[in-house]
Amino acid sequence: MNRRAMRRFVSRFMVGLMVLAVVIAVLPLLLILGSLLLRGAGARSPAFFVSSPAPVGMPGGGVLHAIVGTLMIVGMASLAGIPLGIAAGFYCSEYNGTRLASVTRFVADVLNGTPSIVVGVFAWTWVVRAQGHYSATAGAVALAVLMLPMVMRTTEELLKLVPVSLREAALALGYSRWRTSLVVVLRTALPGIVTGSLLSVARIAGETAPLLFTVLGSQYLSFDVDRPMAALPLVVYQYAIGPYPAWHRLAWTSALVLILVVLVLSIAARIVTRQRFGRRD
Amino acid sequence: MAQPADPAATPAPPGQAQSRSLAGGSLGDVVFKWILILSALAIPLLLGGLLYELVKGSLPAIEAFGLGFLTSSVWDPVAERFGAWPLIFGTLLTSFIALLLAVPLSLGVAIYLTEFAPGPIRRPVAMVIELLAAIPSVVYGLWGIFVLIPFLTSTVYPWLQGTLGFLPIFQGPIYGPSVLSASLILTIMVMPYIMSVSREVLLAVPEGQREAALALGATRWEAVTSAIVPYAKSGIIGAVILGLGRALGETMAVTMLIGNSHEISASLFAPGYSMAAAIANEFSEAASTLHYASLTYVALALFGVTVLVNAGARLLIWRVGRRGGSA
Repeated sequence: MNRRAMRRFVSRFMVGLMVLAVVIAVLPLLLILGSLLLRGAGARSPAFFVSSPAPVGMPGGGVLHAIVGTLMIVGMASLAGIPLGIAAGFYCSEYNGTRLASVTRFVADVLNGTPSIVVGVFAWTWVVRAQGHYSATAGAVALAVLMLPMVMRTTEELLKLVPVSLREAALALGYSRWRTSLVVVLRTALPGIVTGSLLSVARIAGETAPLLFTVLGSQYLSFDVDRPMAALPLVVYQYAIGPYPAWHRLAWTSALVLILVVLVLSIAARIVTRQRFGRRD
Repeated sequence: MAQPADPAATPAPPGQAQSRSLAGGSLGDVVFKWILILSALAIPLLLGGLLYELVKGSLPAIEAFGLGFLTSSVWDPVAERFGAWPLIFGTLLTSFIALLLAVPLSLGVAIYLTEFAPGPIRRPVAMVIELLAAIPSVVYGLWGIFVLIPFLTSTVYPWLQGTLGFLPIFQGPIYGPSVLSASLILTIMVMPYIMSVSREVLLAVPEGQREAALALGATRWEAVTSAIVPYAKSGIIGAVILGLGRALGETMAVTMLIGNSHEISASLFAPGYSMAAAIANEFSEAASTLHYASLTYVALALFGVTVLVNAGARLLIWRVGRRGGSA
């Protein structure tokens, strides 16, 4: 009897410890979001979003140059990474079982775990050193390399969910294989693929390490992709490790903007999926 | 889209129509297939290209220092002598401490969420923790510098030194940016990965496993330790190794919190360095070809380690997935 009570006590005690673990695990998120709101949102005017940085020591200034830079660099990376990733994912699900499909799948998993700084070094030796100067394009190459395996794996997983009967029905109606793939299979899986792509855009939008010695950063608003450019994560980093309290305030606000960009993309991704279910009902 | 085979649009003898449609279809198919094959080939080629560029870039350092580079502790850009041991040591130490703290925490959360938590809170809590994985690394660094470090140096570190100060790892002057600070931010960052993968593995454990243990009179905790965790063991190990891969390669937050010193110190309160942090800090200001090559060599070593770690983790997770699928 006593032993049984003891065993039940141990069970309850362990559950208690696990609840504590949940609290400890959730706490950092609340603290980080709390400090971002507290320190980032204070006393910021709309000018912050529509002006470029002021010279050191001058009040005001904004991060327009970095917002534009991030949009351009991430946009270029997406233009290269998303279509290629979707096509590769298509191959692995449509020609599942071939040797190329299993090799590609395994390599994509390995690349997904590659540290982003290593990809940055790769982009430096491959693009920056070959061209002889830092450029936004080099950063976009690095980000595209990071995106490609992510998009490929989500696409493949989603295409696998498309029922075989749909494909068979299309083929039986006389559709050729490529039309079946594009018109029937891709369209069925499209909302999921859009979601996956948006989530991967959200992830690379916050990447800093691969941009450090490719895009380099800049103090000016620039649209020239062949030159160094500013980007939000770089601005956060450079202002955070700088010596001036005014820079630190800019770092917090830029971080808040960065988080908002990431969150908006993630939420947009979820809405796309929900619309699909809404239409189906 | 160029030539959709549409026999109805072109009235022709049956035989001819059929051959046209077949020809059109197969041409489209061949083109489509080759586009897909080339795209799929891009990924293995990318891995090859990565490896080639890294080896090519680090060749001067490999020729100058050989494998001794990995065990030497000199880092002198002026005299052009480089050794990566302090970086490797720092990477291993911070990852080890981070896993030591993150593994029990994330397993506790994963087990609670799959076995004990009331239904309605399971998904929201899992989602909140997965949101942690969406926060950019540089934001962790910012938060670490201005919120976490002031808190740690004013309360936690003095307390640690007071109670456990007899251990050499807790002796010496307290620095804000230090090995311990970097390890703690890493703990927060790898936790969501370990948690979500092991949660998926635990969800794949068949219901019968659970019910059998409970029917034999086990308490719910005993069911977890005797029937559920052993079943999912290799998948959980895979999740932990995946977390290790993240910790080894994490760059920005560690760069901002580790203090960036090439000295190895016994104290966790002292600044240190990691492989990724050294690359991030020094690459754009490298002084010589050999300096660049040495940093690329560090990147190559880091790449090699993470490839091994991730491949191992994937194989373990796949094994559980297959077994779960067939059961």
